[in-house]
Amino acid sequence: MGFVVLLFLLGQVNQCTGMRSSSIGAVDAATGTITLNLAQEPPQLDSTKATDQVSGMVLGHVMEGLLRYDENNNLIEGVAESWSVTDTEANFKLKQDLLWSNGTPITAHDFVFAWRKAVDPLTASQYAFILFFIENAREITQGDMPIESLGVTAVDDHTLHVKLIEPTPFFLSLTAFPTYFPINQAFYESRDGRYGANAEDLIYNGPFTISQWVHNANVRLEKNQNYWNKEAVHLNVIDFAYILSDANAIINLFESGDIAQAGLNVELVDRALRNRWDIRQHVDGSVFFMEINYREGRLTRNYNLRKALQYVNDPSELVNKVIKLPGNLPGESIFPVWLKGVNGKFREEFPAKPLVTNNDKAREHYALALEELGLDKITLVMLSGDNPSANKQSEYYQSKYAKELGLELKLDRQIFKQRLQKMTDGDFDLVLAGWGPDYADALTFGDLFTSWNENNRGRYNNPEVDRQVDIAKNSSDPRVRMEAFARVQDILNEDVAILMNYERGSLYVVHDRLKNVARRSVGPDPDYAFARIVDKGS
Amino acid sequence: MAWYTVKRLIQGIITVWFIATATFWAMHEVPGDPFIGEKAVSPEVEANLKARWGLDKPPLEQYWIFMTNMLQGDFGISFAQESRSVNDIILERFPVSAILGILAIVFAGLGGVLYGALTALYRNQWPDVLIILLVIIGISVPSFVFASVGQLILVVINQILGFNVLPVAGWGDISHMLVPALVLGLGTMAFLTRLMRSSMLEIVSADFIRTARSKGVPAAQVFSRHQLRNAVLPVITVLGPSVASITTGGFVVENIFGIPGLGQSFVLAVQQSDYGVIMGTTVFYGAFLVLMVIIVDLLYAWIDPRVRLE
Repeated sequence: MGFVVLLFLLGQVNQCTGMRSSSIGAVDAATGTITLNLAQEPPQLDSTKATDQVSGMVLGHVMEGLLRYDENNNLIEGVAESWSVTDTEANFKLKQDLLWSNGTPITAHDFVFAWRKAVDPLTASQYAFILFFIENAREITQGDMPIESLGVTAVDDHTLHVKLIEPTPFFLSLTAFPTYFPINQAFYESRDGRYGANAEDLIYNGPFTISQWVHNANVRLEKNQNYWNKEAVHLNVIDFAYILSDANAIINLFESGDIAQAGLNVELVDRALRNRWDIRQHVDGSVFFMEINYREGRLTRNYNLRKALQYVNDPSELVNKVIKLPGNLPGESIFPVWLKGVNGKFREEFPAKPLVTNNDKAREHYALALEELGLDKITLVMLSGDNPSANKQSEYYQSKYAKELGLELKLDRQIFKQRLQKMTDGDFDLVLAGWGPDYADALTFGDLFTSWNENNRGRYNNPEVDRQVDIAKNSSDPRVRMEAFARVQDILNEDVAILMNYERGSLYVVHDRLKNVARRSVGPDPDYAFARIVDKGS
Repeated sequence: MAWYTVKRLIQGIITVWFIATATFWAMHEVPGDPFIGEKAVSPEVEANLKARWGLDKPPLEQYWIFMTNMLQGDFGISFAQESRSVNDIILERFPVSAILGILAIVFAGLGGVLYGALTALYRNQWPDVLIILLVIIGISVPSFVFASVGQLILVVINQILGFNVLPVAGWGDISHMLVPALVLGLGTMAFLTRLMRSSMLEIVSADFIRTARSKGVPAAQVFSRHQLRNAVLPVITVLGPSVASITTGGFVVENIFGIPGLGQSFVLAVQQSDYGVIMGTTVFYGAFLVLMVIIVDLLYAWIDPRVRLE
């Protein structure tokens, strides 16, 4: 009896998982296959609603916007063959004869449909804001305008016209973002609310298609034979054969030759060195900092208290002695080092004024703060995540503040959602936080601490910051914009709106025969679309 | 017996209802709703999201809607994977956990009986001491340690041999299940070994064994026919609840070996505040556990006629 049940269940499992043949290894030149691990099941492959990195990465391989990124992270043509952007509008000429994976032609209407869907209040997309540069987008999301009023029109099947509400010099990079990907209306509606649920509930226009998607077990991508630039695509199959989040398990797979790429944490660096693996470094583009609660009634509104904390703060010590993972940079500015400035890099053109650590000055400011607040001792609450890395950091601050200032720091450790809820509610004095870019322009960091930004969880409020961001938003002159951002950079540090921690870097190992994998701070990452398998030794 | 079964089933239904209700209210008390993410959403989008998922309704009404849907066997849609229904997720993932759990129980049952019998046979000699030492390790070391070590050993074996004897992780065919099932079953195996040992020792000195020996039954036959058969009874009664706890408690093992089982989605759902999946998996597991307990109670009576069901 038990045996029969066992057999039945085995049959069930095989039915569910599609019985995979045994692994062919990390890279297989004969079939053009690479095997990889996916950090999690992609939660959402409807591009209008996707918010997370894994979904964005998969979508970046199987869909294509008007423009896309190449393996050197340059913006290149995608569905569009030519374009022009002014302060008030953008025009795109689409390639002729492009086809979806099911053979339907790709037209400008597919973009209009997708963009309207993304701002539709009923979609309630959490990334609707990324379209707010387009006329009426914000009003539509708020339910004040009909979705047909969105400032995007298909002049004909191959011409797309976009009306912008403000100069958006980085608009082209936005068109490479998943929320801007096209969706075919007829197909979308034929799925009856299940668009994106399974491999067959999607049609594709990117370099790859999803040929198999077994939820929580594996995702297999195959070269899209309808892709216009398929000559540039060298791989036939990208097989995400594993969906694993445990760092040790992932590196075990790498070591046994099952997957072609794996991330490293502090504990795994030695193992990678011992094995002489090809260790690489990647700056993922995010900046980490301590947000300070600026709401009425909070002790942290006191400038001298904030200044005292700033003088104690030592990002180098945090990066080198506490976090210890090579690849992180000590934080100096809200604007990370990779952002473009006027001609070169923003931070080279407008270096942040150095933040010095000075415990004596810190104590002076702390004494002033005590006097102004009429207290003998200050106790603050630091909200942080509940994981080994966050715990190490918060405990470091706790002992440092106690030692240098005599300030008592209470730690409030919360798991992900609970921490975010408390951040949103303003239930903290200090919080370990970070910000990842949405598009490749200084504005994605620059407007973070404006009074109107919902992500400004400490509710920092400074009319001069608002004014400078307004200047930047109303100009397309790179110099005017970057000078305004440079001013924001200075004010945030001078007024201690936040305390800088680090710019995140990561280490990873790659199979020595896999080349041309693009890593980037903005856009699908990692990107295997143009990767290739080379012979050993070359 | 029939009346007893009906009574137990009614009790079971009340238990499941209680589990569902308690989970529903506890879940809504935890700060952080399903929609909160790293990027803040505007009040309009948040209102739209809440309206779409019915979270704008008063809690009592939400509870009523949930209960009426649940009675019709519908747990709604996953909040984290919007286009998928909770029923689909459970139907897809439970067989995976179940097959792994059953394999683990097979390992645990066979191993437990075998090692338990061995320790009893060689009481206070070196096999006994060695196995009891291993049992202590098996009971005290948590499964994630076994899982990590087991996986590492696999990597080393595969490297030495130059090919993959067994896959390091992943899911697909029987070769993917062996090591995870073994790891999952180790704790139970250790527990069963101890249980088997004590019950064997108890029986060695029983009258019917002495009678058998005095009749001149060969030692091997005494062991297999009389000793083992009787000693295994308590082990079988313990196996029932173990089936429930093993098929539901595989989160860590599933996580390390990348197995798409229900234990994993159960824990992830709580972390993601995925209300639909939390309710679906909790009620499903609750019902499963209750059912296993009832079945074991009924089996008791069937296996051991001395037990009377009241």
